[in-house]
Amino acid sequence: MTMNRQETEQLIQEVLEVYPEATGKQRAKHLMANDPTIEKSSKCIVANKKALPGVMTARGCAYAGAKGVVWGPVKDVANISHGPVGCGQFSRAGRRNYITGHSGVNVFADMNFTSDFQEKDVVFGGDKKLAKLIAEIDTLFPLVKGITVQSECPIGLIGDDIEAVAKKSAKDIGKTVVPVRCEGFRGVSQSLGHHVANDSLRDWVLHNRDDDDSFESTPYDVAITGDYNIGGDAWSSRVLMEEIGLRVIAQWSGDGSMPEMQTTRHAKLNLLHCYRSMNYISRHLEEKYGIPYLEYNFFGPTQIATSLRKIASFFDETIQENAERAIARHQPTMEAIIAKYRPRLEGKRVMLFVGGLRPRHIIGAYEDLGMEIIGAGYEFAHNDDYDRTFKELQDGALIYDDATSFELEAFVERLKPDLIGSGIKEKYVFHKMGIPFRQMHSWDYSGPYHGYDGFAIFARDMDMTINNPCWKNMQAPWKQPMNAEAARAAA
Amino acid sequence: MIRQCAIYGKGGIGKSTTTQNLVAGLAAEGKKIMIIGCDPKADSTRLILHAKAQNTIMEMAAAAGTVEDLELDEVLKVGYGGIRCVESGGPEPGVGCAGRGVITAINFLEEEGAYEEDLDFVFYDVLGDVVCGGFAMPIREGKAQEIYIVVSGEMMAMYAANNIAKGICKYASSGKVRLAGLICNSRKTDKEAELIEALAERMGTQMIHFVPRDNVVQRAEIRRMTVIEYDPTAKQADEYRTLARKIVDNKKFVIPKPLTMDELEDLLMEFGIMDEEDESIIGKTAEAEAALCAA
Repeated sequence: MTMNRQETEQLIQEVLEVYPEATGKQRAKHLMANDPTIEKSSKCIVANKKALPGVMTARGCAYAGAKGVVWGPVKDVANISHGPVGCGQFSRAGRRNYITGHSGVNVFADMNFTSDFQEKDVVFGGDKKLAKLIAEIDTLFPLVKGITVQSECPIGLIGDDIEAVAKKSAKDIGKTVVPVRCEGFRGVSQSLGHHVANDSLRDWVLHNRDDDDSFESTPYDVAITGDYNIGGDAWSSRVLMEEIGLRVIAQWSGDGSMPEMQTTRHAKLNLLHCYRSMNYISRHLEEKYGIPYLEYNFFGPTQIATSLRKIASFFDETIQENAERAIARHQPTMEAIIAKYRPRLEGKRVMLFVGGLRPRHIIGAYEDLGMEIIGAGYEFAHNDDYDRTFKELQDGALIYDDATSFELEAFVERLKPDLIGSGIKEKYVFHKMGIPFRQMHSWDYSGPYHGYDGFAIFARDMDMTINNPCWKNMQAPWKQPMNAEAARAAA
Repeated sequence: MIRQCAIYGKGGIGKSTTTQNLVAGLAAEGKKIMIIGCDPKADSTRLILHAKAQNTIMEMAAAAGTVEDLELDEVLKVGYGGIRCVESGGPEPGVGCAGRGVITAINFLEEEGAYEEDLDFVFYDVLGDVVCGGFAMPIREGKAQEIYIVVSGEMMAMYAANNIAKGICKYASSGKVRLAGLICNSRKTDKEAELIEALAERMGTQMIHFVPRDNVVQRAEIRRMTVIEYDPTAKQADEYRTLARKIVDNKKFVIPKPLTMDELEDLLMEFGIMDEEDESIIGKTAEAEAALCAA
């Protein structure tokens, strides 16, 4: 059972006690007991603030948000990690955003480009090198559809004019070149990188084909935004849109492409999955091109059905009927999955700590399996994310913003959940505590989890994690109580 | 024991000229010296080398590929009086990071063993404004411990000197860097020597020498020479030799007490360089003033 609000507040107080006074005071503002009746989070939780020195935070930087999250999956562009080699190398191929196509022909996102800054580039500036690099990429990979310049920290420090280089190079090679000012020291987490990347799409990409009307649109054209195709998520979502009669003309940005982004303006509706990372561009699409956006949720059959109906309601009766038919068609499969796994998972208690969307979005999928979310928190959410979170969680559930490594461990020790869903940095700590754990950024090398197809995999994964026999063997043999036979032998 | 000195001061005050002339004076006394130019303009050694501008560490490193590919003898040149000369070099104005150039260059010199045991002095001639950490590199731990500030009786030069003293305080509190004195490079302003004496006293330091203005300095410079070399009998050569001797004998190394803005302005007013501030005119446009006069 979830603790009541008072018990949760009590727990928070106890955990905060170890901090020095000033730190405790700051951290207290990021922790709370859920009250589902609250509409506006700004009075009860502080979010999107700089992590405190001395604590371990799970956050990344603006470059991680721009290059890793938003731009990285766009398959037909070459992303240049502009600066010293490390940022590019260590952010390479770490995200499971699946891509179709052929490397070097219509896929370039699987390659690593860097300007490999040396001392001389810092001292004399890197603009010339960047221009040369862009020209070389265009020569080596003539089919590349665009090039982005992902700024690493030194670029911002020395004041290189990458915008001027981008403008000139774009003219020289006749392709879209995008400067992205995502220097890691900007902002408090990767969240600013999402924003910067969205803005770069707005300012350098979106309008580039506004005068090209060759695209033949239909009344059923939609765009999927905020889906990064982790383990194939966007594909298992896309098939559902298609099943109800819609045409997906763009995927942002999982398995997405530059031309798709530039034809997005023909969409009738923008379907936004990850609000946190793509609300900015969605608002812009609405303001500039009059394309409304709809936040939807494709985790678990309950949320999927609700979302499909909501999406269909924007279109005519045919689509609405199609939606009902699709829901009905998948119903038996979903019931079978629930019948199989729910008895094995019923009542299991879960704590989540993920990025900026999933801790609230995936709750429904767990609840479909009879599981209970007793704690949820985000690495880099803003207040509007918490506004959307309260009503999804039970009364009294623990909420933690930018939880420190210590807090997370302390909460887990006290709450003893049956499952934790978080990231690679957390995983082995909790494995060593003997607690079942799933990576909820990468789906732990599994997925997809979106859509009906995804739910089947999600349910199986949660079962095989929680009910894995290994958890019964967490105690070293010599620490286990002697069995009768061994005791006799010892005597 | 090498004495490492850094020369700071407002841009255009004559740091490079003063440094090279006084270093020539020291060399004439038989001292072994190295000058390290820490300014992308790279004009700290031309009077010693009779050169327009020597190859800088950063230029050579860029040509070689990386600074690791560079050899010391490619960038260290020996000029008048056996003075060893290097220039850090750096970018054209408006691009890159000149500060990083200074850091890279000094690291290079240390790693390559440029600070040889037989040296008596190392002089760092640093860009006028200490705009970032790179230009404070010469006064970090283990580098220059004596700072000389070149100043004149002009208001902005004194402001700059006082600001530099503030920078020294930051490093002095954690290390051994000390202010060693103000060098007054005369601009022939009124009561200049007295004013700089007074400023030095309030900052807790000394005016180590008053270098008068003399056209022979310019005549020598046109020939890319120091006065000491061009005309050792000139009166000005004596001035530089005196400055050199005072630096050799200098024992007054202090943690400076920079003035507050008000204190500095009071001093300037005391010497008649600045007028008493008229609070009533602040923020008044010409139009408003005219209207006031008419009324």
